Amino acid sequence: MIEIYEPYIPVLLIAMIVVVLAGVILLANGLLGPKRPTRLKGIPYESGVDPVDSPRHRFSVKFYMTAILFLVFDLEVVFLYPWAVNYNGFLADPGFAATAFGSMAAFLVILALGLFYEYKRGAMSWD
Amino acid sequence: MLMVILAALLKFAAIVLGFVMVLATLLTLIERKQSALMQNRTGPNRAFVFGKNPLSAFVGQLIADPVKVLLKETFDPPHADTWLHRLAPGLAFIPALLMWVVIPFGPGPVPGAEGDNFFLMADLDAGVLVVFAIASLSVYGSTLGAWASRSAFSLLGGLRTAAQMVSYEVTLGLNLVGIFMIYGSLNLNDIIWAQAGYDAATGFQNAYFLGFIPKWGIITQPFAFIFFLAASIAETKRAPFDLPEAESELAAGYFTEYSSMGFAVFSLGEFIGIVVVAALGATMFLGGWHIPGLPIELTAAGQPVIASLATWLSVAAFLFKVVLLVLLQMTIRWTLPRFRYDQLMHLGWVYLLPLSLANVAITAFVLFLTR
Repeated sequence: MIEIYEPYIPVLLIAMIVVVLAGVILLANGLLGPKRPTRLKGIPYESGVDPVDSPRHRFSVKFYMTAILFLVFDLEVVFLYPWAVNYNGFLADPGFAATAFGSMAAFLVILALGLFYEYKRGAMSWD
Repeated sequence: MLMVILAALLKFAAIVLGFVMVLATLLTLIERKQSALMQNRTGPNRAFVFGKNPLSAFVGQLIADPVKVLLKETFDPPHADTWLHRLAPGLAFIPALLMWVVIPFGPGPVPGAEGDNFFLMADLDAGVLVVFAIASLSVYGSTLGAWASRSAFSLLGGLRTAAQMVSYEVTLGLNLVGIFMIYGSLNLNDIIWAQAGYDAATGFQNAYFLGFIPKWGIITQPFAFIFFLAASIAETKRAPFDLPEAESELAAGYFTEYSSMGFAVFSLGEFIGIVVVAALGATMFLGGWHIPGLPIELTAAGQPVIASLATWLSVAAFLFKVVLLVLLQMTIRWTLPRFRYDQLMHLGWVYLLPLSLANVAITAFVLFLTR
């Protein structure tokens, strides 16, 4: 069980180093730099005009649509990976080659149809 | 166990601190110098440290920039979410550095051989998946920083960042599927050996198409390389895809409300991101450390001979390819004008994604026919 994760020890180690590195850089600046806050410095930058209210209003539904599209397609791309890696092995087996190609071709067609449907419904138009 | 930790630390020091950070720091200046050159200006030229010559100004600027940024005032805007605002630059910076853990920068053992890889921090069979897992995290830093700033420009930049990175990530992932199909692995070291024309059955290296064309990804998957390049520039938020920080529309986009080191860490993270995608492109499409016609000396166990000249030339070749791809990205940045936002989304979803799908389908079909 634990042996599977052994190659990930360096990943964990370096993740810790990188976190510390980022922390040190940011903290060093906090210690070395001056601290002279003024009221004007604190106003959000809007090209010299004072902001009228908080910008956190509702924003376009298009961004949510993009996020949903991403979830769908990224998952489907991940489904392709194991098939792609083993594809040469599948093709080497004469009895299975046609199944290996045909099943994934069907999957890609369904994927393309889904994409076409989304396009027709206007999920990707930003006018 | 202790050896594993020590080895990982040494490799991290050598490649990340010794090459990536140095190159990223150099890039901050090279970028300004190159843009000046391309726009017929002089660029930064007066931070002299020794004598009044261009080299002195170059070195001086490299020293002056970090020192200045370190000594400037950092402050939390009173309107911002303090802790999220402080955390965000770190979140943008960490994934960019962490991705180097799985990128091989020199010849490793041949596929199937036992033993550690001398030029790789973590030899993972799921290599590419780890790269994508870490790369997906980098969207949090910029989006969180934008949200926490509570400023109109920041928020718009953050929304754009999130939508753009998420859109082009699909294309980025899809364009590598063809590579996995042809070379049959997710392990970056194995993919490079396959590109170097290594045959596991005979132990022969340097097999070529027609006797002289290397079996690199750019030859077997030329369209995937172009799409990958476009998507990777979009992922690093560089022109012509620099909508999230479009200066003429959004001031500085998602890091408008950052000063001193917060700002510097954001932009350093971005420059490291450029080097990372260049390294990934070099590994996947340009044969990594492979030099055509130069076989790697191998020990009986399938490990490259570390003391051999060919091994170190290969390391140099990898670094050279990375620098080459970085400079290509820079040149594209200063050549092409920025897209409009709807054009950007249209390009990603209506052109690049279906074309990448078609590329996968055609690759599968060709492999099926030529099996």
